[in-house]
Amino acid sequence: MSDVRYGMAIDTVTCVGCAACVVGCKLENDVAPDYSRDWIYTLLEGQYPTVRMTIQSERCNHCEDAPCVTVCPTGSSHYGPGGSVQVNPSKCSGCKACITACPYDARFIDPQSGAAEKCTFCMHRLEAGTPTTSCQEVCPTKSIYFGDLNDPGSEISEVLRDRDWYVLKPDAGTKPKHFYLK
Amino acid sequence: MNEFTNTRHNHLIDPTMHVWGWEIPVYLFMGGVVAGIMILAGIRYLRSGSERPSTAMALMPWVAPIFISAGMFFLWLDLEDPFNAWRFYLTFKLTSPMSWGAWILLGVYPASILLAWLTTPEAIKARFRETLLRIPFVGGVLDWAEGRGGFLARMNIVLGASLGIYTGVLLGTMAARPLWNSALLGPLFLVSGLSTGAAFMLLFRLEDSERKALGRADMGLILVELAILGLWMVGLATGGQAAQGALSVLFGGPYTAAFWTLVVALGLLAPLFGEWMEFKHDAVPGKGTAVLVLLGGFALRWILVFAGQATGWVAEIAMR
Repeated sequence: MSDVRYGMAIDTVTCVGCAACVVGCKLENDVAPDYSRDWIYTLLEGQYPTVRMTIQSERCNHCEDAPCVTVCPTGSSHYGPGGSVQVNPSKCSGCKACITACPYDARFIDPQSGAAEKCTFCMHRLEAGTPTTSCQEVCPTKSIYFGDLNDPGSEISEVLRDRDWYVLKPDAGTKPKHFYLK
Repeated sequence: MNEFTNTRHNHLIDPTMHVWGWEIPVYLFMGGVVAGIMILAGIRYLRSGSERPSTAMALMPWVAPIFISAGMFFLWLDLEDPFNAWRFYLTFKLTSPMSWGAWILLGVYPASILLAWLTTPEAIKARFRETLLRIPFVGGVLDWAEGRGGFLARMNIVLGASLGIYTGVLLGTMAARPLWNSALLGPLFLVSGLSTGAAFMLLFRLEDSERKALGRADMGLILVELAILGLWMVGLATGGQAAQGALSVLFGGPYTAAFWTLVVALGLLAPLFGEWMEFKHDAVPGKGTAVLVLLGGFALRWILVFAGQATGWVAEIAMR
């Protein structure tokens, strides 16, 4: 278990849903207008005065058992560094099987290239030596944790050990590596 | 009360997924007809003995390469980067039904064209033979095929079945779309393909005995298709929350009317009744039931492709 295994955790207690992560990602990754690789999902439960609001910053879950990789006919969707899920646009024909295969609807077609696109865990930053993702960097409440799940000393490993957490749609069976702290 | 909002508004993803447009059901329908024709033509060849088929029946295998080319053209139109289509043929991905399909489609061509050449009446062949033989290798290939009718017929059955099943497995292996996520989709598309293939043949001028055989076969195929559809729905209805939610699009949801009228009533029950009456009165099956079967097969794929995309996992948050 010495391999790096990247994961992300969102603190739903401190997240205020400001969408800085959405804007930060668009700027960093030059995401096409009207599209986004991450988004804010807000759930409001109950009736006043007994209401409860949960805010989630969502993106590709970089699943360990990723159906997008399984169905890709050309090998464009693949497991990249640290078990992240990546797309090689030069191999993508735009068949959209990965889009229908994703239970999180995290993918879309980039209108410029015609290739499937989604969150990369800012792999270009990591490869350049910056250990943070852009969404994490711009989060004003420091609600986004990113790091190596296999390193017991990493911040994300510590926070997942100390706090209760959940993942989205666990029954879809994809083993997501994107966690929500409660 | 629960209320949710989502800031994501990606084109064709939100609010409901619609990334696969009309091209996909049209391809699936044409692929199904081709699968049916290949299997039925293969069976006919193996069983015919010295019996001579009608000219239309003898020429029927030619429909396969023509229709599959049209179908693949529509599939190609659906690609967002069509000039990367060749990437399909640089690899084989064991876990990707679409990769299987790409290679199956390549196999369809030689098998169906060579069987078609063998069954084409000599008078027609004579007109083309001289020109064809001028093309390099063609003479050798045709000579090779000449004594191998049985093998080619069997290959048509195997490849036709693979083609019919894969189109269903392609959708059935998508766990993210609970309406599709059933192993029964493979057999469903295969049987529906056989039924539409038989119906397509009935549109042409066949011998009475051929029409009767196809009509009788189609009755059985429709019954099997109804059984598979029923089992598929039972599977979803007794599945988890996501499966039950998906099935509701056909029970009170947006596709209810279209599915029950176009697919079940007009596409399956009406032609079944028509074929049964023809069989009972020993009448020669006409084209009316065939047209209904074709419309039903098309509607089945149209509705499944669109309704399936709109289904997903319940976005419930596992809090507390």
